[in-house]
Amino acid sequence: MTLSHPTESLVGRRWKRPPFIANPMLRWCLALGAAIYLAVAFGTMEVNWSRVADGLPRAQRFLSSFFPPDFTSRAEDIFDGILESLWMTVISTVVGIAISIPVGLGAARNLSPRPVYLFSRAVLAISRTFPEIIVALFAVKLFGFGPFAGFLALSLGTIGFYGKLLAEDIEDMDPVQAEAVKATGSSWFQWLNYAVQPQVMPRMIGLGMYRFDINFRESAVVGIVGGGGIGATLLTSFDRYEFDSSAAILLIIIGIVMVVEYSSGYVRRWVQ
Amino acid sequence: MLRLDTLVKQYKTGDLALKGIDLEVPDGQVMALIGPSGAGKSTLIRCVNRLVEPTSGKVSLNDMELTTLSQGRLRKVRRRIGMIFQEYALVERLTVMENVLTGRLGYVSFWRSYFRKFPQSDIDEAFRLLARVGLDHMADKRADELSGGQRQRVGICRALIQDPELLLVDEPTASLDPKTSRQIMRLIRELCAERKLSAIINIHDVLLAQMFAERIVGLQLGEIVYDGPPDGLTPDVLTQIYGEEDWEATIEKVDDEDEVEDELIGVEPALGSG
Repeated sequence: MTLSHPTESLVGRRWKRPPFIANPMLRWCLALGAAIYLAVAFGTMEVNWSRVADGLPRAQRFLSSFFPPDFTSRAEDIFDGILESLWMTVISTVVGIAISIPVGLGAARNLSPRPVYLFSRAVLAISRTFPEIIVALFAVKLFGFGPFAGFLALSLGTIGFYGKLLAEDIEDMDPVQAEAVKATGSSWFQWLNYAVQPQVMPRMIGLGMYRFDINFRESAVVGIVGGGGIGATLLTSFDRYEFDSSAAILLIIIGIVMVVEYSSGYVRRWVQ
Repeated sequence: MLRLDTLVKQYKTGDLALKGIDLEVPDGQVMALIGPSGAGKSTLIRCVNRLVEPTSGKVSLNDMELTTLSQGRLRKVRRRIGMIFQEYALVERLTVMENVLTGRLGYVSFWRSYFRKFPQSDIDEAFRLLARVGLDHMADKRADELSGGQRQRVGICRALIQDPELLLVDEPTASLDPKTSRQIMRLIRELCAERKLSAIINIHDVLLAQMFAERIVGLQLGEIVYDGPPDGLTPDVLTQIYGEEDWEATIEKVDDEDEVEDELIGVEPALGSG
């Protein structure tokens, strides 16, 4: 190997990592701007310390009325609420995922022609615009109180969440594996089944479990605005100042979320 | 016989990948396509089965014009064109057997393939091919558990179970070590001979191309600059294809072809005549 440059002239040459923003003027302006904004924002937030001081003992009284949690006196209401929440969660997760599969396929740029892609993305964008609680408020107004309103809200939320992530996972798949299956003369559906599905399935199962978990927690929220389920039970107990029952309900929700969390971790490892 | 007629491919970016290629590959011929990166080798073989749509020109296989076929007819023709890929392109989360049977997708209905209920004749053929390449005991392993050479052999089985007339082979050895590369090239050539298949093999390695192909086509910037026998590759020709370099060491003839006689591949002629 012969080098065409004399190496001596390269000794002592300095090197620094190139900065993320090349223009030094812009870099400093951005940093300074961010610092000033943060300082002003903190200054704008008014904290009335005397009211905080008043609130602290109140918070203590309030929290102490949660203890000991009372699982028994409202056991039947709690049990019914949990059951209602659970079936709301199961049905809305299943229905939501079932609808989001075609939408997600349509919203994957590497699968769908442009018009289908734009339409599916629009569907996803709309269903992601409104948080579950807003949709639940609408649904309660339209269809009355009860778990059906909650089911609608959660399903719509699931479509937006699952469809978008499915579409993105499909867009990230290995194109060569897909090309190889296509080259065998497979039909489009066979190609989906053999090339796309195996690549996205593990992540999609994991996300399905995660969405189940979200839907269960959200079922408590939509219940508070009239969507039925454990949220309704929780609200009733608050309204009656039965904070020990509320505490019991919160503990049960935490317990179920933890069970789902651990089992989803286990399932994810198993499908990888 | 495969025939390309003034085949042109211009990508949307404006790059002219193929500038009017004329090429004929007779039945049973193993042809190597060499040339520097970006010469258009991959584009050329992908234009044959229209994984890349040619801009103009004709591709015909046994006098059937492929460039004008509808999607449905194209799928039927693709069944008869096997393809082998650089990074093996196995579906990694499927088993070896499923990957091989993927080659039969064009012949079975959706529901049969969905429930993995392939005809027994397909399964017999899959086991026969896997045994031919020495992998029948791996049928239920997941594809990502295999080594590079093993994966490429599964890829070969997937292409052969299509019962193809033509093999398109894209850099089959680029991710393999030198010994495995030779074994894979030898296997491809043997299988082509057994089945009277013609093949177009894109390959970087000039030495391997000379060892295993009967005809060499040199591609440079989308044009054919050499078409002839392997021993016609003189330093001048290689300079024309790749540019200025010391070519003497590359051309040095290799006669030690039998030194690694397939201890891994486990050739069993009795099983091999599928």
